[in-house]
Amino acid sequence: MKNSLERLSRRDSIKLAAAAFAAAAIAPRLAFADEKAVAAEIKKLYGDKAMGQGRIKLDVPEIAENGLVVPIGVEVESPMTDADYVKAVHVFADGNPQPGVVSYQFTPACGKASAATRMRLAQTQDVICIAEMSNGDLFSAKANVKVTIGGCGG
Amino acid sequence: MISKREFLQATGVAAVLAASSGLGPLGRAAAQQKLSQADILRFDPLGTVTILYLADIHAQLMPLHFREPSVNLGVGEVKGVPPHLTDAAFRDYFKVAAGSPEAFALTSDDFVHLARNYGRMGGLDRVATLVKAVRAERGDDKVLLLDGGDTWQGSWSALQTKGQDMVDAMSALKVDAMTSHWEFTLGADRVKEIVDAAPFAFLAQNIRDKEWNEPVFPPRKIFEKGGAKIAVIGQALPRTAIANPRWMFPEWEFGIREEDLQKQVDEARAEGASVVVLLSHDGFDVDRKLASRVRGIDVILTAHTHDAMPGLIRVGDTVLVATGSHGKFVSRLDLAVKDGRLADIRFKLMPVFADAIAPDAEMAALVTKLRQPYAADLAEEIGRTDSLLYRRGNFNGTFDDLICAAMMQQRDAEITLSPGFRWGGSLLPGEPITWEAITNATAITYPNCYRMEMTGQQLKDVLEDVADNIFHPDPYFQGGGDMVRVGGMGYAIDVARPMGSRISEMTHLKSGQPIEAGKSYVVSGWASVNESTQGPPIWDVVRDHVAASGTISLQPNTAVKVSGA
Repeated sequence: MKNSLERLSRRDSIKLAAAAFAAAAIAPRLAFADEKAVAAEIKKLYGDKAMGQGRIKLDVPEIAENGLVVPIGVEVESPMTDADYVKAVHVFADGNPQPGVVSYQFTPACGKASAATRMRLAQTQDVICIAEMSNGDLFSAKANVKVTIGGCGG
Repeated sequence: MISKREFLQATGVAAVLAASSGLGPLGRAAAQQKLSQADILRFDPLGTVTILYLADIHAQLMPLHFREPSVNLGVGEVKGVPPHLTDAAFRDYFKVAAGSPEAFALTSDDFVHLARNYGRMGGLDRVATLVKAVRAERGDDKVLLLDGGDTWQGSWSALQTKGQDMVDAMSALKVDAMTSHWEFTLGADRVKEIVDAAPFAFLAQNIRDKEWNEPVFPPRKIFEKGGAKIAVIGQALPRTAIANPRWMFPEWEFGIREEDLQKQVDEARAEGASVVVLLSHDGFDVDRKLASRVRGIDVILTAHTHDAMPGLIRVGDTVLVATGSHGKFVSRLDLAVKDGRLADIRFKLMPVFADAIAPDAEMAALVTKLRQPYAADLAEEIGRTDSLLYRRGNFNGTFDDLICAAMMQQRDAEITLSPGFRWGGSLLPGEPITWEAITNATAITYPNCYRMEMTGQQLKDVLEDVADNIFHPDPYFQGGGDMVRVGGMGYAIDVARPMGSRISEMTHLKSGQPIEAGKSYVVSGWASVNESTQGPPIWDVVRDHVAASGTISLQPNTAVKVSGA
């Protein structure tokens, strides 16, 4: 039996990680955002204004099947009338190199405030969503998404 | 309303032995109380509907030994509650006498003695006998036979036929519906091919096409049995794309999808279903949480975690059934339906004692035919074992120790990693290690045994990641099987700590030195989820090692120190 040794290059490691075990740790060490970076971004947008809870339905998987393309859905409860509508929705991630993921602007003509996309998550982290209402009220929601190397399912 | 009566129906004969007799001698004492086929089938019928339920057969057509875990830890809210009970604690909870047939079937201590007395369990011909007997008693129009999945993988013949032997056998058994997990490791095209031709329903509400987010399989099916509409909703393993190679079914996404499940339940009720059954491969703890959050499910037939429990577990108005694995048990649930709702339920976990149950001739003939092309290979004796070989348990299994030793020797590795699969038969001391025994523990579609360098830090990250997949306090964040098995390295684990801080004291066993984060080690392992992994199939590695060793003799594995449990 030939015992060739697969040397683990940085590039191969993510693809290979042979027992599937390893990828997360070997990625080159980028500077990652953290809770503070996300808080700073939110402060830039809205200062220290208080956030309410509820109204936002944040739909992310508990465990990402593929950290490169994690599905995210956001829906904010609102009548979406001229008098009362969702103006903007911002999504942040506190463990990526950059905290910002996506921002959406809405008008009453949208009919409902919902959006879905995919995002890359570099590691297990919190995804934070802020909704700005037409009257200036703010709401927030948060969910943890686990990014795992997996591979031992039995 | 489900009556509170008899959530524990003792199987067959009364448990007569006092539980205080200790271990070894129980094998002899227990010889008095073997079950007969009539004992196993005895049931006080109820209502007009019977569900028969099997799961996690792992392609075992023949009777075998399968030792239940001695370590099966629960964390968070499920610490110390069923199914996270083993041995004496399990027997106390379920009122099972030590040394009894049920103790042999359901617990692990004294396994060798009891196995010699009670013999093997399972075998699809015996299962067929039970199924046919219940159909004859109740009438075909009242019986629903459901399969929780992990059916088409786990044996050499299933691997060689790409699952066809099991599809043929389960079709002959007249399964009404199944859900799945390991089935997907045959690849998306093959699964579709089987499902298109199969006489049974293949149900999974939680699989979506990646591009359009459309359901890949029918989510549910309504069966009319005993004058009632029974809705069966399928739930495949939500973590299939993480636990197994995603490249084998690249267009599919899984997940728990609670809200979609709620819709399925509500739609089924709207269609007039009196009983809603979730045929689930979530695993027990996930299903227990799910039962507290999704309304309107009467029965969850659980799978994946291989738990066998001789009683129902109730969560709100939902009851959970754990039917075990490898064909060791068939669950029978009788349902009484009144005014369009489930009124009462009665349950028995029927143990499939191969020596007690007469094989069904038709199924026996089919099994022989299906195995015939491989029979000579399967019977080949590669070596023998002096030690009990088993796999199930959170941290160690002696069969895994054997596989790790094989990789160490044959692949010249310092450290070996073997996946914490829950399936694979057990061998008693003195038994031959046949090709069948080796492949029952290794037959997968991604078997390559790799060899590579990993740093100490990478090894730590691997252990932390896998540990979190088992011991995350929220079951929705758990992902896989048991802990990865490690050869050549010891470690300590505190299961109660958070991700990243459970593992410590990693030690290179040969040198006694601590594993250094920055140092590289030659590591061999198998079952990588990555495409194009290089190396010989693991069964050849194990065969070469067993053949070279002649007789396998293993010392108790003390390399993993567990705390926090």
